[in-house]
Amino acid sequence: MRTGADCIIDGLLQAGTTTVFGLPGGTVLDIFAKLYHAPLEFFLVRHEQGATHMADGYARASGRVGVCIVTSGPGATNAVTGLATANMDGIPMVCVSGQVPTHMIGNDAFQEADTTGITRAVTKHNYLVKNVDDLPRILAEAFEIARTGRPGPVLVDVPKDIQQAKTSATFSGPVKIRGYKPTPEASPRDIATLAEAINKAQKPLFLVGGGVIAGEAAAEVTTLARKAQIPVTTTLLGLGAFPETDPLALRMLGMHGSVAANRAVSECDLLVSIGARFDDRVTGKIALFAPNAIKAHIDIDPSAISKSVAIDIPVIGHVKAVLQALIPQVEPRKRTDWLNQVSAWAREFPLTFNRDDQELLPQEVIEQVYLATRGEAIITTEVGQHQMWAAHFYKYTHPRTFISSGGLGTMGFGLPAAIGVQAACRDRTVVTIAGDGSVQMNFQELVVAVEHDLPIKVVILNNGHLGMVRQWQEMFYKREYSAVRLRQDDRAANEQIDTTRRKGYLPDFVKLAEAHGATGLRVDSKREVGPALKKMLAQPGPVVLECIVKPEENVYPMVPPGASLTEMVQNMA
Amino acid sequence: MKHIITALVENQPGVLARVVGLISGRGYNIESLSVGPTHETGISRITMQVPGDDRVLAQVTKQLNRLVDVIQVNDLTTAPLLHRELVLLKVAAPPAERAALIKTAQTAGATVVAEESAAVTLQIIGEQADVAAFIEQMKPYSILDLARSGIIVLARSGAA
Repeated sequence: MRTGADCIIDGLLQAGTTTVFGLPGGTVLDIFAKLYHAPLEFFLVRHEQGATHMADGYARASGRVGVCIVTSGPGATNAVTGLATANMDGIPMVCVSGQVPTHMIGNDAFQEADTTGITRAVTKHNYLVKNVDDLPRILAEAFEIARTGRPGPVLVDVPKDIQQAKTSATFSGPVKIRGYKPTPEASPRDIATLAEAINKAQKPLFLVGGGVIAGEAAAEVTTLARKAQIPVTTTLLGLGAFPETDPLALRMLGMHGSVAANRAVSECDLLVSIGARFDDRVTGKIALFAPNAIKAHIDIDPSAISKSVAIDIPVIGHVKAVLQALIPQVEPRKRTDWLNQVSAWAREFPLTFNRDDQELLPQEVIEQVYLATRGEAIITTEVGQHQMWAAHFYKYTHPRTFISSGGLGTMGFGLPAAIGVQAACRDRTVVTIAGDGSVQMNFQELVVAVEHDLPIKVVILNNGHLGMVRQWQEMFYKREYSAVRLRQDDRAANEQIDTTRRKGYLPDFVKLAEAHGATGLRVDSKREVGPALKKMLAQPGPVVLECIVKPEENVYPMVPPGASLTEMVQNMA
Repeated sequence: MKHIITALVENQPGVLARVVGLISGRGYNIESLSVGPTHETGISRITMQVPGDDRVLAQVTKQLNRLVDVIQVNDLTTAPLLHRELVLLKVAAPPAERAALIKTAQTAGATVVAEESAAVTLQIIGEQADVAAFIEQMKPYSILDLARSGIIVLARSGAA
């Protein structure tokens, strides 16, 4: 007979888990007692949100299911943001949470929360285990659901008495769930229709999303685009699915997309979305999105079809299988006029910044990171202006090298995600591009990187603001800067503090890095950046490099919210 | 438009909350809801009436299909259907009016399921419009209490 806690460890191992992130507590003591003897590498986080983002980063970088364990009540509620982040972006994760003993559920017991109730809307599926005999099957199902179809997080809530109960139940598969049909077989007729549309199109465009990375289909996209000479734009989560150094690459589209990408969308006669779900940050005003185009959409999730943009040619299936069937049916073409047109836009309106500015610009730092790492680093980001600049000024050529919270836009993601990435890819250079606002949200996790000697490099672009919010206030809220100044001076009247006693910036990131056992560096001028990056990359162990950048730099181009993709603001002048 | 959505689901804890949560999370009110086991072990049928935007509810139906515990979802709004609702109503029935009341009810197809000194409890089963008309008809008699089962439906043969 084995205990429920044994079943949980067995379930993790059977699913191929090697690495677990988490933090113990009263209702998971039995699991941690078994973990003590288990062949699983464990990362003790300092806040459960960190555990979920580490598991998420681990999953995004490796393609494997990320695993975390948290306790009941506050442990589980702290994990909610990370689950929601993974759910929005379709990232495979299994989170095991402790729960108060079965007989106490609903009694407002100590550290009780209705975890399955709270997480229902932010997970792909969740379980409350009421019978220990079900545990082996549920663990197997949780991993199967997490990694198949459109992947996502699955939470398994296990009451303490169930962890202690004994069972002889085992599960050796295969998993069969009546209502769960994750991988629809694509219809050959739909694929033929799409092939015909591509062959007929004069001005086709591929819109590539995170589904291509999840579905391991980057090579097929590249083959198809090159064969048929079709330009490619990607969403934020699609970065790396098509080499941005390729002449067919138009870079990212959408609110902060390139002019070439957004014009191509607006001018194309066929738009093929490959694993991209037409997020509102991608489409701008729906009625004016790709107005001249026949719209095709390849997606594994039937509910993604025509969710926001009406689709003429839906192809529901696994993206890799669909593309493999599509490639031989698509004829080679030159499309010289169309390609000349889009490359003219790309030449005329490159993603750029004012190189003559005397102050250190955030964009320049990222460009220097790109050069210093020769484009071979795995980049994680927090959320905000720096995230967009990281999308613009680093060129991604391989899948799983740009790791960012797209759908939920979770500040505090980048630093712990980098730890998960580095845990999965020990030999890679992992750089977090962070803002000074975002990075503070989970800075405490830096100790995990230090303890485990995971040499992540955190580049903080310190502009002294919640920069993206400040940019919106500048552009759309009469330059009334409300609650965005992270420096102590120059604040609105209702947020002012006594600047005779305290003026400047808190915290001191260099000291903060050192307090966490990492190396801290700071630069505030153009000439220092290159050498500092070299030093950062050469330095063993985790390094935090704070770059004091121009405070009021904005992300351009920008499509104002609710406007069409053709209405791009290039700058404020 | 008022939609009739049915779902075949695994009969287990939480499934109703998942289904209802998807609808209520979009700010839509479920006007009627009935749940019960089917003839197949472990499978229950949920039948809902939801007024709302056609496009949004089409999306909801697709997303319900995505739920792991949901086996099949159909929006039967425009399908040929058999539908029924059961209503129990307790109506004030002083001795002087009782006979006339019962006669009216029985003519309308209702049956008397309980008699008390001052009231009778009536039951009517029928299509939603018919039971609604009957409720209107009983209003002059002073309705003391009322319970409706919510609509249940089966597609006519040949329909989805």
